[in-house]
Amino acid sequence: MDTIQLAHGSGGLENQQLIRELFFTAFDNPILAGCEDAALINGGTLAVSTDSFTVSPLFFPGGNIGKLAVAGTLNDVAMRGARPQHLTVAFIIEEGLKLNTLTSVVRSMKEELSITGALVIAGDTKVVPRGAIDQLMINTTGFGSIVSDCNTRRIAAGDHVIISGNIARHGACIFAAREEIAIKGLTSDCCSLWPAIAPLLAAGLGIHAMRDATRGGISAVFNEWAQQTGLSFVLRQNDIPVSSEVRGFAEILGIDPYILACEGVFVLAVAPQDSATVIDLLHRHGHPQATLVGTVEGAHQQPTVLLHSAYGTKRRMEYPSGEILPRIC
Amino acid sequence: MCLAIPSKIVSIDCDTCMGEIDTMGVTREANFSLVDEEIAVGDWVLVHVGLAISRIDADEAQKTLDMYQEILQLQDGALNAGG
Amino acid sequence: MQAADTLLQMVRDNDTIRAFADRISQQASQLKKPLRIMEVCGGHTHAILEYGLDQLLPDRIQLIHGPGCPVCVLPQHRIDAAINLAQRPETILVTLGDMIRVPGSHGVSLQRTRAAGADVRYLYSPLDCLTIAAENPDKTVIYFAIGFETTTPMTALLLEKARDRQLDNLYVHSNHVLVPQAMEFILSAGGAVDAFIAPGHVSVMAGAEQYRTLSNKYRAPVVIAGFEPVDLLDAVLRIIHQVNSGIAEVDNAYSRFVKTTGNRKAQQLVEKYFEPDDDFLWRGIGRIPASALKLRRDYAERDAEAQFPASCPAPTEEKPNNCLCGSILMGLAQPTDCPLFADGCTPQNPQGSCMVSNEGACAAYYKYRRAS
Repeated sequence: MDTIQLAHGSGGLENQQLIRELFFTAFDNPILAGCEDAALINGGTLAVSTDSFTVSPLFFPGGNIGKLAVAGTLNDVAMRGARPQHLTVAFIIEEGLKLNTLTSVVRSMKEELSITGALVIAGDTKVVPRGAIDQLMINTTGFGSIVSDCNTRRIAAGDHVIISGNIARHGACIFAAREEIAIKGLTSDCCSLWPAIAPLLAAGLGIHAMRDATRGGISAVFNEWAQQTGLSFVLRQNDIPVSSEVRGFAEILGIDPYILACEGVFVLAVAPQDSATVIDLLHRHGHPQATLVGTVEGAHQQPTVLLHSAYGTKRRMEYPSGEILPRIC
Repeated sequence: MCLAIPSKIVSIDCDTCMGEIDTMGVTREANFSLVDEEIAVGDWVLVHVGLAISRIDADEAQKTLDMYQEILQLQDGALNAGG
Repeated sequence: MQAADTLLQMVRDNDTIRAFADRISQQASQLKKPLRIMEVCGGHTHAILEYGLDQLLPDRIQLIHGPGCPVCVLPQHRIDAAINLAQRPETILVTLGDMIRVPGSHGVSLQRTRAAGADVRYLYSPLDCLTIAAENPDKTVIYFAIGFETTTPMTALLLEKARDRQLDNLYVHSNHVLVPQAMEFILSAGGAVDAFIAPGHVSVMAGAEQYRTLSNKYRAPVVIAGFEPVDLLDAVLRIIHQVNSGIAEVDNAYSRFVKTTGNRKAQQLVEKYFEPDDDFLWRGIGRIPASALKLRRDYAERDAEAQFPASCPAPTEEKPNNCLCGSILMGLAQPTDCPLFADGCTPQNPQGSCMVSNEGACAAYYKYRRAS
């Protein structure tokens, strides 16, 4: 491999390979090696996460790049069990972008910040020549104070696995919009998750780990967790919440919904005695489709993510790889 | 092959042979130029790469459904008989 | 249309699936010997493995994955042609999804060619080429057409509309292949197959009749099936019934969409623009007579192979390696029998035709079956 391909940014196998072989090797340290959505510093009290947003089109049903840039990074902080408090924002703007467009984006960001009350404390602005980038890119870095440290090392055999809502809505919406496949009825699920997470943490429940299913979808989350923990995951296919619109989209294009991004859905590994309470709290705090979907099994030499059908068959949920392409056959 | 999904016709413009179809709650445009049967709003059609290729045959659908019910009853009967 | 609505729910219904699976087990106990059923459609392979349907069948029934993936069967010199055409100046190369992942003989794919600066685009619908050609009048737009009988009419319609709109910058490189010829070849060349599940949507276009000759000649049951779990189990049940009754005929189990004569309108359009190609080499198999379609000479001005011959290399011998694709496609081996499977040959680094696309037997096994 001597050139960077699109697949290296898709959240799948190639992406992981690049991160491991180049970035982790160069920047190796124990904090980075933790591989969580957010890193912990300052004696384990401060969670930090960074992300860059390059979505095209900038505006899509259910949101825009600004909303995504705020919610996405602050969600990563929340996934660590930390209250999002501060954000830095860096804009890279293509020459020729309309000021109205930028203003709309910024207005959305302000609106989204008000949900968590997080403050923008530092920022940067760059303008690059026409054609250097596609309209606008935003990088955000989020900071939050730990309430209860949720991380993959706490995942244990026997844990219950919960998905907070209908999957793949963002990925389906963006794919259709970007490829100009005129499919109506798809809306991004982009939203800030802290309002649902705060009550979970406050209740002192056994929430071992959380991860939002962004690039690579739930498939990336489960496979990464399996790799990191050495534990296998068994999921009931029928219980995975998928809206009929996303099902329709997936059927039409032959794209697996498990690999499509969500921006307002997260996965939890929870102590079994607490899963019913967790689901109940999620239902009462904006996530009515939250469902128990499976369990964490014991340690395996080759940990896998298995999907069980309702009629007695099973198959692997494979790690996503390559570009997302429609199937012809 | 190939990937083709049954969808319900929502609207048709006979002049352009274009229209809209509904697939599991998702609406999109479809091209009806290749269909060689009479079609109307509410019909189920099979759509491949954005083009409708066949209209469902209601009689054949009924026959298939009857056959499925038969198999279900046969196996139900076998279960109840301890078979 | 009450029956249609109900039927379309039942094709994935758990109880119906289990009922068919149980019935198959009962009927299969009467088989005098193991039954080898080949499906020749990438969509069928995908459905079988995604739903785990082979896990519901007794061991006496073996499902074999035939050459049903239109990308997998392309010989490397044709992929090289796509790459060469994409690298021509002022050219936009357009194709359908999976095609951009497949590497040619130099290990380079259309994806990599795009990363190096070529204008390569994939489409959801072939008719989108018309928009691309109209919006780029100064560019050469080449549609690298792939697919079996289901997709060929779309290319023919594209050519028809390009003529109507006088889009002189649009060309087609045809790689359309035909299913019955492949099925016949497998049987005539000693493939280990007793019966076929025939592709549902190919049959929608080409009709149920087209399998009759080979079914009679080789005494092989052929059941045309849809793509839902119940459709496929129904097809297996019907094949078992034929074998137990000592008959071998074409049975249309997808009659809700497939007519005996197929889609005449689509067939006429294909007939207008295409003629049989005797020289198409199927990757891993070799030459199958009259098994592909090329543009008629009357339309040579739209034929990329005629207009840009320098970009279209002549067929070359496939480099031998330990890859078992040829045997797998003939039903003589399973993906897991291949020494390269998951060990040097993966979807990210495919060595043979069966691993190159998501619909290939090896790729499907790798995705759904490896170490589970």
